[in-house]
Amino acid sequence: MRKNKLLTAFIGFALLATLTQCFTKKKNEGEKLYTANCASCHMDDGSGLRGVIPPIAGSDYLVKHRRSLACLIRHGQAGEITVNGQKYNQAMPGVEHLNDGQILNLLNYIQTNFGNKNERYTLVEVKSDLEICPSH
Amino acid sequence: MNLNKEKYKFIGFIPALTLAAGLFYGCNNAEQKLPILGERDVVEREVNGQTVADTLYPKVPDFAFTNQDGQQVTNQTFAGKIYITDFFFTTCPTICPKMKSQMLRVYEQYKDNPQVMLLSHTIDPQHDSVAVLKEYADRLSVKAPKWNFVTGQKDSIYDIAQRYMVTAQEDKAEAGGFVHSGAFVLVDENRHIRGIYDGTVAEEVDKLLKDIPVLLKEQQHEKK
Repeated sequence: MRKNKLLTAFIGFALLATLTQCFTKKKNEGEKLYTANCASCHMDDGSGLRGVIPPIAGSDYLVKHRRSLACLIRHGQAGEITVNGQKYNQAMPGVEHLNDGQILNLLNYIQTNFGNKNERYTLVEVKSDLEICPSH
Repeated sequence: MNLNKEKYKFIGFIPALTLAAGLFYGCNNAEQKLPILGERDVVEREVNGQTVADTLYPKVPDFAFTNQDGQQVTNQTFAGKIYITDFFFTTCPTICPKMKSQMLRVYEQYKDNPQVMLLSHTIDPQHDSVAVLKEYADRLSVKAPKWNFVTGQKDSIYDIAQRYMVTAQEDKAEAGGFVHSGAFVLVDENRHIRGIYDGTVAEEVDKLLKDIPVLLKEQQHEKK
């Protein structure tokens, strides 16, 4: 009887530990994706490159174009855009290999880091945004 | 060829050499002097019947490129000055933005010092015309002659990259179509290479920013 209790406790603990680890991994996914796919141009601190590459940190574009960002990440961006009143015109390559969930994590990382305190996305939102990407 | 092979071996050795030199000079604060990098030649000659050995360091060869204002940039442009040079291209999706962001630090710090100049070569001259470079420089809000962005014959650019001990090659397999190192190369008024730094790493550029005054001081001493 007592042995059983101990075993249950142990399994419970192991399960909890595994789950926590899962969540931790997920929590860092956005940051990892940012470092791997975005940081070389937008910089580690999201500051961009003066006049050439727009910032992520404190960027009004993230709020104003919130629902088109998922497509922008997947398919890239070309032509002139305005961020915080400054015009930029440098093509951004898309990151086609990211799945919907990864784009979700990346977006939530961007919207809530570098001093940004913007609304997070749900997976439903991101999926529906991705369904209506403009032709590219 | 054999000589080429030797050269490549040496290139791998440079970071270690720089580090070793850095450590050595870091401890010896009294009279700092930057090392002269590159494979040296010893030439013997006779003076009054005695054999004297001269050490010859490699020099940056003559060059002529065109900058963002359509003006010619040659060795003469940098006569009596020191300069920091790198290789990039405007549409580079990998390391260039970081390099340019770090080079901006150097630019801002030496904006008002005519003794220090910057020289960025495009390794994609086919795309990066004078007009494209002009737009890029304008967007960065930087100006020649302090910061020259130059284009020219592709072969001349790739050749001179080697002389600066920097890797630059076309490679269709690479993102953006080119492979190149993010090195910043510090050159003195005698066209000698005095330091090579990774332009994508802030700490390396910190080191460059510390080395520039050391080199300026040395050149002032020599002029006196």
